[in-house]
Amino acid sequence: MSTETTPEAPAKKDEAEESFLSAFTRNLWAANTVTVTALSILLAFVIGAILIIVSDAEVLAQFAYFTARPADALSASWQLVSTAYSDLLKGAFGDPEAFSAWFNGSGTWQDAFAPLSETLTYAAPLVFTGLSVALAFRGGLFNIGAQGQAVIGCVTAGVAGFAFGLPIVLNLVVAIVAGALGGALWGFIPGILKARTGAHEVITTIMLNYTAALFLSWLVLQKGVQDPNRTDAISKAIDESAQLPSFGGVLRVHLGILLAVAATAGVAWLLNRSSFGFELRAVGANQHAARTAGISVAKTYALLMAIAGGLAGLGGATQVLGTAYALTPAVAGNIGFDGLLVALLGRNKPWGTLWAALLFGALRAGGNRMQSYAGISLELVTVLQALIVIFIAAPALVKAIFRLRATRLVRPGASLAKG
Amino acid sequence: MALPNREIPLKLELRGITKRFGDLVANDHIDITVEPGEVHALLGENGAGKSTLMNQLYGLLQPDEGQIVVNGEPVVFRSPRDAIAAGIGMVHQHFMLVPVFTVAENIALGSEEVRGGPLGWLDRRRSRRDVIETSERYGLPVDPDALVEDLPVGAQQRVEIVKALTREVDLLILDEPTAVLTPQETDELLAVMRSLTAMGKSIVFITHKLKEVKAIADRITVVRRGKIVGTASPDTSEDELAALMVGRAVSLEVAKTPAEPGRNVLKLAGLVVDDDRGVRAVDGVDLEVRAGEVLGIAGVQGNGQTELVEAVMGLREVRAGSVELDGESLAPLSTKQILRSGVGYIPEDRSHDGVVKEFSVAENLVLDMYDRSPYGNAFKRDLGSVGSNARERVAEFDIRCQSPDTPVGTLSGGNQQKVVVAREMSRPLRLFIASQPTRGVDVGSIEFIHGQIIHERDQGTAVLVVSSELDEVVGLADRIAVMYRGRILAIVSPDTPREEIGLLMAGITGTGGDAPEEGTK
Repeated sequence: MSTETTPEAPAKKDEAEESFLSAFTRNLWAANTVTVTALSILLAFVIGAILIIVSDAEVLAQFAYFTARPADALSASWQLVSTAYSDLLKGAFGDPEAFSAWFNGSGTWQDAFAPLSETLTYAAPLVFTGLSVALAFRGGLFNIGAQGQAVIGCVTAGVAGFAFGLPIVLNLVVAIVAGALGGALWGFIPGILKARTGAHEVITTIMLNYTAALFLSWLVLQKGVQDPNRTDAISKAIDESAQLPSFGGVLRVHLGILLAVAATAGVAWLLNRSSFGFELRAVGANQHAARTAGISVAKTYALLMAIAGGLAGLGGATQVLGTAYALTPAVAGNIGFDGLLVALLGRNKPWGTLWAALLFGALRAGGNRMQSYAGISLELVTVLQALIVIFIAAPALVKAIFRLRATRLVRPGASLAKG
Repeated sequence: MALPNREIPLKLELRGITKRFGDLVANDHIDITVEPGEVHALLGENGAGKSTLMNQLYGLLQPDEGQIVVNGEPVVFRSPRDAIAAGIGMVHQHFMLVPVFTVAENIALGSEEVRGGPLGWLDRRRSRRDVIETSERYGLPVDPDALVEDLPVGAQQRVEIVKALTREVDLLILDEPTAVLTPQETDELLAVMRSLTAMGKSIVFITHKLKEVKAIADRITVVRRGKIVGTASPDTSEDELAALMVGRAVSLEVAKTPAEPGRNVLKLAGLVVDDDRGVRAVDGVDLEVRAGEVLGIAGVQGNGQTELVEAVMGLREVRAGSVELDGESLAPLSTKQILRSGVGYIPEDRSHDGVVKEFSVAENLVLDMYDRSPYGNAFKRDLGSVGSNARERVAEFDIRCQSPDTPVGTLSGGNQQKVVVAREMSRPLRLFIASQPTRGVDVGSIEFIHGQIIHERDQGTAVLVVSSELDEVVGLADRIAVMYRGRILAIVSPDTPREEIGLLMAGITGTGGDAPEEGTK
């Protein structure tokens, strides 16, 4: 036997301790999620800028003689894009001029904070629907039904908001709880179907989205619900005592955004600290191991979908009690589907979802100003949102474009090879 | 495809192969020479870097440094296609076969005989003829028309070997080929390997089983933590090889005193269980496990052991018969209630059923007790006691991890298994069920886990061990039940000659009545 046993090399790391700064810059360029998210947003804005330029006939005309006078075309493009995006920012976070007007007395603080108020107003329901999708996803369920659950939340919260005439505070609490319960019921149905029969939640929730939307359209025309003074599809107004308190005037922001932050904290607690959160994460990550460890997968699915539905229902409730003040067929807008994108952007983490919802709210609020001031269609905001999500969903693309460090990792199979 | 008679036999050299994954050096300047016509065993624990090395040789990975040299010429393999073209074939540990295709279709897959241009039709008859020709030439009987899913594991492996051989390879890499075989099938495989080398083919045989290495290898290279730590000849003793592999002396025997069996703890009577497809898997099993003894169930995988254990654990419906723990029926209880009535359970498929890889070590250590004092209650968890429990278990069971907060998926197989063992043994037990307790676990950890199982027995727990490794069952058990096609064929003492148990595992009883049939699983 010829054993040339090499002595064990002392476990010494090649790299000595590196400074915080170099570690920071190294991590910044490594393909971590924060960097990818930031670069996705940047990329979306770059493509958005190109779209702005090509959709403007005047600027495009200057590109016709680009070779002769390139400066014309470039400065016109820059002019256009910078106006558009600065309007977007002003609309989302505030106009410096409005602030200086407030300071020198020629404007009000309300006007200065109105853009921020709009951002938060648009964000509030998205936080709830985003949390709904994110929570379900952590349990391994794809809740496409946040839209339907939000619609039912609108219905139950709205009806409770004008039907009971309860005293102040109580009226609001009852309406909010009704919204949560309505959404929870709408989530529980696909949950129990999945648990009992294995029916796929994607199919059942899509179907329930249609059901909810059509139910709302029917309901607002019914006697007792429809506003007796109107002939179109709109319900009675929500009692003032059931409305979410707001500053009034141009500041539309209401209590809903605080509830949304509280809900985010609640979901974070549920996921990390509660026994049910442990169960749902175990089921989501490996349902076989969860089952072997004695966790009831069926019970988890049913309860999880009810909670997710309740969150989406709360999103609907904030929409109708905080912004719309009456039921219409389109009262829920697109908040449920936007919630899917928000959850994706927030990587299914509660606080990430909150930030993503705020970004979407900011884009929407800024888009309104960009449309009215710079004349750029609000659809561009939708395009931006879609692009951000596409880049987030295809991190390999972003990494390739910016040549982030991890792209040097050999082949896809490499990470799978163990040995 | 004409079968070639290559004039030059293939000589392979690996020179200074180095492969890194981030900070981890999976292969550190590996030099290996494989001579024509030899069986070169690559021995090492799980995670030592054997498979990484072979994946580079087969073109699945590219080395960061070093050269692969075939017959004196440096080569670069960008894909398995390049490796095959250079005469190197590989049979993976997990077969790469399409279950619903026939043997001939599987063998043709990837190098289909096509007539009439690139969009032509498959020449099935020719593929079939090639298969028959190769299988006769090398003495590897396969039925070209059988569906792969109907074949026993040993036959599927033959299909993989024939598939490699039809691609005219001269060097065959066999990655843990015996892990899924019965003792008899293993013997057959070793015979095939001998005849292939006699025909001038060389074989790289990856394994961690010392007996087989000694039986077949011409040369042995031992790998530990990505480095070659020694070469050995086949007459090196098993203890020496094991010490080389692990880096310290290990005992391969399970040290234990005679059992002192007490009361009957687990009693199965006429147990009938179906598998996922609704086919009868356990067909009337009567079995008793007593306190303070280890009952081992020996048998080739897929003979109903899995279903039997799952039925006891409440994970699978009991069709007929009874399961009693200390006289109380377990049938109406949920898995959670069974676990909490003093039953510990190591599932056979660790990564599928045993751990949640995304969860931290600490979370996995309370996976089935998370809502029970002191780790929490029905409503909330107590992260403090989860953490302190993790620190204690990590120390007690020597779980190698950066911290209790690292995801279990980043640990080696042996350490993942220690997490499961630590979890299930850290509470008072009446019955302990260990299914394949050391599958995919390195030699050092095997010794430890076996010691823990015997320790549990000595505390008066009834222990049921299921393993397809005969050595393991013989080493641990005080009584051995041999299971074949859903029935207990015999209960024998661990002193019974191995050949006899091996025959029972193949369904051959002493009277010679029940012969195994090919074609059924």
